[in-house]
Amino acid sequence: MFDLKSLYQQVIVDHNKSPRNFGKLEPCSHDAEGYNPLCGDQLHLYLNIDNDGIIQQVRFEGEGCAISTASASLMTQSLIGKSVDAFKQLFAQFHHMTTCDLDEEPDQATLGKLAALAGVREFPSRIKCATLCWHTAKAAIEGATRAKTE
Amino acid sequence: MNIDAIREQFPILHQQAHGHPLVYLDNAATTQKPQCVIDAVRHYYQADNANIHRGVHLLSERATAAYESARSNIAKLFNAASIREVIFTRGATEAINLVAASWGGTNLHAGDEILLSEMEHHSNIVPWQMIATRTGAVIKVLPMDDCGALCMEQLDDLLSERTKLVGIVQMSNALGTINPIAEIITKAHAVGALVLIDGAQAAGHLAVDLQLLDVDFYVTSAHKMYGPTGTGVLIAKATLLDAMPPYQGGGDMIRTVSFAQTQYNDLPHKFEAGTPNIAGVIGFGAAINWLQQLGFPAIAAQERELLTYATAKAEQFTGLRIIGNAPNKACVLSFVLAGVHPHDLGTILDSEGVAIRAGHHCAMPVMQHFKVPATARASFAVYNTIDEVDALFAALTKAQEMFA
Ligand SMILES: Cc1ncc(COP(=O)(O)O)c(C=O)c1O
Repeated sequence: MFDLKSLYQQVIVDHNKSPRNFGKLEPCSHDAEGYNPLCGDQLHLYLNIDNDGIIQQVRFEGEGCAISTASASLMTQSLIGKSVDAFKQLFAQFHHMTTCDLDEEPDQATLGKLAALAGVREFPSRIKCATLCWHTAKAAIEGATRAKTE
Repeated sequence: MNIDAIREQFPILHQQAHGHPLVYLDNAATTQKPQCVIDAVRHYYQADNANIHRGVHLLSERATAAYESARSNIAKLFNAASIREVIFTRGATEAINLVAASWGGTNLHAGDEILLSEMEHHSNIVPWQMIATRTGAVIKVLPMDDCGALCMEQLDDLLSERTKLVGIVQMSNALGTINPIAEIITKAHAVGALVLIDGAQAAGHLAVDLQLLDVDFYVTSAHKMYGPTGTGVLIAKATLLDAMPPYQGGGDMIRTVSFAQTQYNDLPHKFEAGTPNIAGVIGFGAAINWLQQLGFPAIAAQERELLTYATAKAEQFTGLRIIGNAPNKACVLSFVLAGVHPHDLGTILDSEGVAIRAGHHCAMPVMQHFKVPATARASFAVYNTIDEVDALFAALTKAQEMFA
């Protein structure tokens, strides 16, 4: 069943309305721009990663749909304090959650609030909206300056 | 006009989408197909399928006759001077690429100017950029104002003896604006420039008389005129086509081939290399018959009523900003809604059975002009109803409530 409520959960509506960690981060150690050519979602992600590989700060700027804005906002919250290795694991888990079968329950324990985005699985055209910020973070951490959802 | 009788002819419209009656308002992307078009395509495959222009057998003769009769239907609809001027392509995009590569590749030189409008579809921008890079020609842009009408007062200044081609969209797919092509053609011809009219959006909605307008190159796609996808047309003056080199080489476009020398075929075949989309062209012919039976005055009247009603509702709707208010426009209601991104609107409307387009509509310069990343676009065809416009606005209210 096509369930709009599972896509636009209250957390998502809330983070879209008041995105957390929104704005430029200056100075920053890593940054990248993400662009989803399909719908024009655009975001700039900034990180400060310390010498031990721990993400100390994350902020983002940009313009996008509710899914991409909320996803970026939730991601920034979840990344602060994490190591780069932990980011990579979370990236894989998030990616899996957005593409796995509908009957698979998201892993609440590791994903926490990010599980709110599991609803995109029902909406194939919206998966890229949710993953854009993650691809952008990966690009920033790996030193690329541009990320695309392709 | 009896809309129920028209809707009866479109089997696809009678279905549920996510538990609601389908409200199809994405006609600027592609229109639905009436039963007679579906039947024509099916009949070709069931009874006449054969390659054309080369068989001596019965089926090939029937297929060739059906294909060529579509060509004469099209010549008549657009009042082309001759069927030799009607070249079948994959669509408007391929037709523009043909002109840019063949005519542009031969006639454009460093410093020559191509004048395009700010509201062109990417398909009337990118082929010109590609040929400009190759030839050193320069692209100039005729701007539009904030209601989405071309700044015609700037046209004289932009035209000069350097202008070799003017490419203008007849009806904007992103805004609905209908451009004053007669005036543009007269002025372009006065400085010796040729004119390409992109009729992809217009041709299913208004009558076009190519000889009266004196259009040099006209392009359109069947699928926005109730015909099949993958087929379209370039209609151009025979004198121009005769002087242009072929676009693609292959079968059908030649008279004789030897390794020493190849002689090209006559028009229109010179530009139709290879086996074309025969079924598509036959369906295109059927779509044109259907359009002619309905008649453009009746079509335009119905679509005007829909747009007028939808625009009035949009103006009353809190938080809604219409993108594109040109005095002369048709069929398209492009808009943004405060607090709800167009992409979210598209999904929420879809869940109510309402199909619209959300995005940049292959016209990113238009989005840049209006400083929006995307718009939501409802676009109307002759089979749409006032009730469907009401369904659109009911769904918009729902979207707004969801994000409140
Ligand atoms: C104004 C305009 N020009 C050109 C095109 C390209 O048509 P096609 O994709 O059928 O080649 C479109 C289709 O969206 C259009 O709306």
